[in-house]
Amino acid sequence: MSTQTEPESETEIEESEAAATETESAVESPGDRRRREKGERAVEEEAKRKEAEETLDEEDTVQIKVFRYDPEVEGKQEPRFDDFHVPFFKGMTVLDALIYARDTYDSSLTFRHSCRQAVCGSDALFINGSQRLACQTQIADLDSETVRVEPLPHQDVVKDLVVDMEHFYDQMDSVEPYFDADELPDGDETQRQTPENREKVKMSTRCIWCGACMSSCNIAADDNQYLGPAAINMAYRFAMDEREGEIRKEDRIKIIEQEHGVWRCQTQFSCTEVCPKDIPLTEHIQELKREAVKSNLKFW
Amino acid sequence: MYEHDVIVVGAGGAGLRAAIAAHEEGADVALVTKLHPVRSHTGAAEGGINAALHEEDSWELHAYDTMKGSDYLADAPAVDTFAQDAPEEVINLEHWGMPFSREEDGTVSQRPFGGLSFARTTYAGAETGHHMLHTMYQQVVKRGIEVYDEWYVTNLAVTDHDDPEDRQCHGVVAYEIATGEIEGFRANDGVILATGGPGQAFDHTTNAIANTGDGAAMAYRAGVPMEDMEMIQFHPTTLPSTGVLISEGVRGEGGILYNDEGERLMFEYGYANNAGELASRDVVARAELTEVNNGRGIEDEYVDLDMRHLGEERIVDRLENILHLAEDFEGVDGLEEPMPVKPGQHYAMGGVECDENGETCIDGLYAAGETACVSLHGANRLGGNALPELLVFGARAGHHAAGKDMKDAEIQTGYSAKSEDGDVEPPVEPGAVGASGEDAAADGAVVDADEVLEHTIERERERVEALMEGDGLNHAEVRSEVQKSMTATVNVFREEEGIKEALRDIRRARERYEDVSVSDPSRTYNTDLIHTIETRNVLDVAEAIALGALARREFRGAHWRAEYQERRDEDWIKHTMLAWNDGTPELYYKPVLLESQWKEYEPKERSY
Ligand SMILES: Cc1cc2nc3c(=O)[nH]c(=O)nc-3n(C[C@H](O)[C@H](O)[C@H](O)COP(=O)(O)OP(=O)(O)OC[C@H]3O[C@@H](n4cnc5c(N)ncnc54)[C@H](O)[C@@H]3O)c2cc1C
Ligand code: SF4
Ligand code: FES
Repeated sequence: MSTQTEPESETEIEESEAAATETESAVESPGDRRRREKGERAVEEEAKRKEAEETLDEEDTVQIKVFRYDPEVEGKQEPRFDDFHVPFFKGMTVLDALIYARDTYDSSLTFRHSCRQAVCGSDALFINGSQRLACQTQIADLDSETVRVEPLPHQDVVKDLVVDMEHFYDQMDSVEPYFDADELPDGDETQRQTPENREKVKMSTRCIWCGACMSSCNIAADDNQYLGPAAINMAYRFAMDEREGEIRKEDRIKIIEQEHGVWRCQTQFSCTEVCPKDIPLTEHIQELKREAVKSNLKFW
Repeated sequence: MYEHDVIVVGAGGAGLRAAIAAHEEGADVALVTKLHPVRSHTGAAEGGINAALHEEDSWELHAYDTMKGSDYLADAPAVDTFAQDAPEEVINLEHWGMPFSREEDGTVSQRPFGGLSFARTTYAGAETGHHMLHTMYQQVVKRGIEVYDEWYVTNLAVTDHDDPEDRQCHGVVAYEIATGEIEGFRANDGVILATGGPGQAFDHTTNAIANTGDGAAMAYRAGVPMEDMEMIQFHPTTLPSTGVLISEGVRGEGGILYNDEGERLMFEYGYANNAGELASRDVVARAELTEVNNGRGIEDEYVDLDMRHLGEERIVDRLENILHLAEDFEGVDGLEEPMPVKPGQHYAMGGVECDENGETCIDGLYAAGETACVSLHGANRLGGNALPELLVFGARAGHHAAGKDMKDAEIQTGYSAKSEDGDVEPPVEPGAVGASGEDAAADGAVVDADEVLEHTIERERERVEALMEGDGLNHAEVRSEVQKSMTATVNVFREEEGIKEALRDIRRARERYEDVSVSDPSRTYNTDLIHTIETRNVLDVAEAIALGALARREFRGAHWRAEYQERRDEDWIKHTMLAWNDGTPELYYKPVLLESQWKEYEPKERSY
């Protein structure tokens, strides 16, 4: 180690001497001064941060190990993990820790987030080996000294913890994800729906498009065209809604029984386990399989 | 360069409804949004959507409740238009498949809500906003409306005529977050801003991290006045570590607030001897903070909301989602221990000045949703009135921009609607750092549409380059200082000295912002850059809020002033207006319209 630090400190001295002579001889332009001051301040701030990090009491900190990758930044093109020590407080979530690390140590640390309350579906990540929403995961509940945070598996990584969601969105779009009733009542009247039917579709309507289920699914990992649990659940949400009508329902069943539809599911329940909204995905897929069988019998 | 008839900025409830409306009129419309539509904060709304659907109810009653709730600072034409259009909009939503909660006979359920004289709040479980957002996004997909998602709009392309009322908006400039590409979006018929609330001007808020007031700040700098910015609603029960909202339901069911000494504070200190915990939002919020300020807060920060005495069965039956919220976001088991709560910023009644058709004083520029101020909510918004506002005024803006023949607006906009000069004396110069402001019409007379866009694209490219260069301050420091200052001083309690302190802090932050730069050198998904640009918007919006708060010397609705403990109708039934004035803000007033073509309202005491 010592052989490495020595030459480095030498160059530093050289550089600062050069800078000193320059400022003496030439008149510094306001822009240069600002840049120089900025540079000096940055060094100071960095030192302060380092010190802050080092003096943090081990007891009250949590270590997060975060996946880093950037296709265009030198040193980040090879994926790696960075460690951050973050002061812990009661109630702290993994998202809080990531935000702290970003705002305090490294502003290039990149992840999606917005609502902080498990409704926007932005921050599904791979935390200590399973798909979870960072904002919904209490660090205390993880019961582990370090928290390992990675992007969702089976999705292309754009940068750090951000994955490309296009494929997920395409699958959602492919099931005609919109209400489309056979007929509607006159302008100023609402449709009727029994509370029972509303209850039946209730869980399926809670999806927040986080992609955790898709990322956990082995079948989806092997078959890129598989609709996946979220899209099938979306189809379920409309097929089971009595307001749409029988004709539309038949169309919907046709969509989900295609080659890459419900029959691919091998009832492994991984999607159901990770869904942050507790949607019984596997059950919904099974039910649609039964509906598909029923509707085929009818047409024979 | 992309080109459409109508460009909608933002894809929350207001933006989605506006886009559908423009499409209904046959326009080629596109949504440009920094978040994918389903990630918008409309998804967080729990409670419901007010509309006079029932035959025994009437739009007049809904309008009356809204005006009374506003503490007579709303404009009657806005209130009446809103109450009349809301039922049809809710029926639209139902026709689009919204999974409303239902009665036994299959009709849409409606429940009572604070400040309403009739049970007119429609809802979908405890996730009304989520369902509304998704239902409308589904219709956008069905109609094939183009969505540019994860495109961050950095500025508006507006001509630089001297008088803002002569200016015209020709489009926007946006930055593609994934690639770093900066592009122009030309709008042939109109740009609709629907960028949501400014909650990030405060450090404790129920708003999302993306709610940085971008649309308001951009419109402000382009020359549209900000209206009633001081009118901020604070919610009394939010979780301390995140700001997540614990609904009124807990207190409705019998939840009790305790201070550090285990006293039932609402009664012990006489904050509300009759209503107790059920007093209105502002009263409870002030009570909690008084406890903390008097040293009776727990950990000097919060009070306890206890529901354990209700018993497990009742809690699980009626308040199950609260148990999840407390557990997931605060690590607290509501069955075993009390939940910590404190007041948090919740909603902005003020915003971009516009009329009943969503039009601002700049030709071709519209605003809708929480970023706009029509003004519907005046000094205080009723629960369940924001979501229908997104529908009603989102639709009207979309229709109007797409060329639908609509009735002329009654509400006047722009500096020409001024009735009175401002009389505020800020302790420091507000506005842009540096003489006349960087957004001033420097070379004058850029008026041709293409030229305006090219010019704006160029300016935004330069701005981004400048931020990416150098190694200055991290914007996060500047943002957090302003947020803390706002929460400390322009909160539920407002004293002259405190507000002035905030203005000084904001001034310092503006100066520091001059030295901010982005340290992430990447063009790929550079959130450091996006957040840095947002922070500039937070500064402009925070300052506008503080200036309004300093100017309004009375206690009306959500706005409480230590020195002025009464609503002063003779002097203050007027809107606080703020013009950017190319970097040297000017405060002035315009009249409140208590009369519309349908009705006239007489100010009464706001007591329930
Ligand atoms: C926790 C909570 C509960 C609530 N409950 C209720 C309730 O029960 N009933 C009720 O009536 N109201 C409620 N409200 C208020 C109501 O939900 C909001 O006022 C409303 O949803 C705001 O909608 P919006 O469309 O204006 O903005 P948002 O839904 O916030 O959408 C803003 C959009 O703008 C986009 N955007 C922002 N900046 C840019 C930019 N620079 N470039 C491109 N795009 C941009 C974002 O991507 C997003 O799509 C609640 C609010 C909160 C916070
Ligand atoms: S089904 Fe569940 S896990 Fe899958 S996207 Fe929806 S909310 Fe996420
Ligand atoms: S931040 Fe919105 S789901 Fe986690």
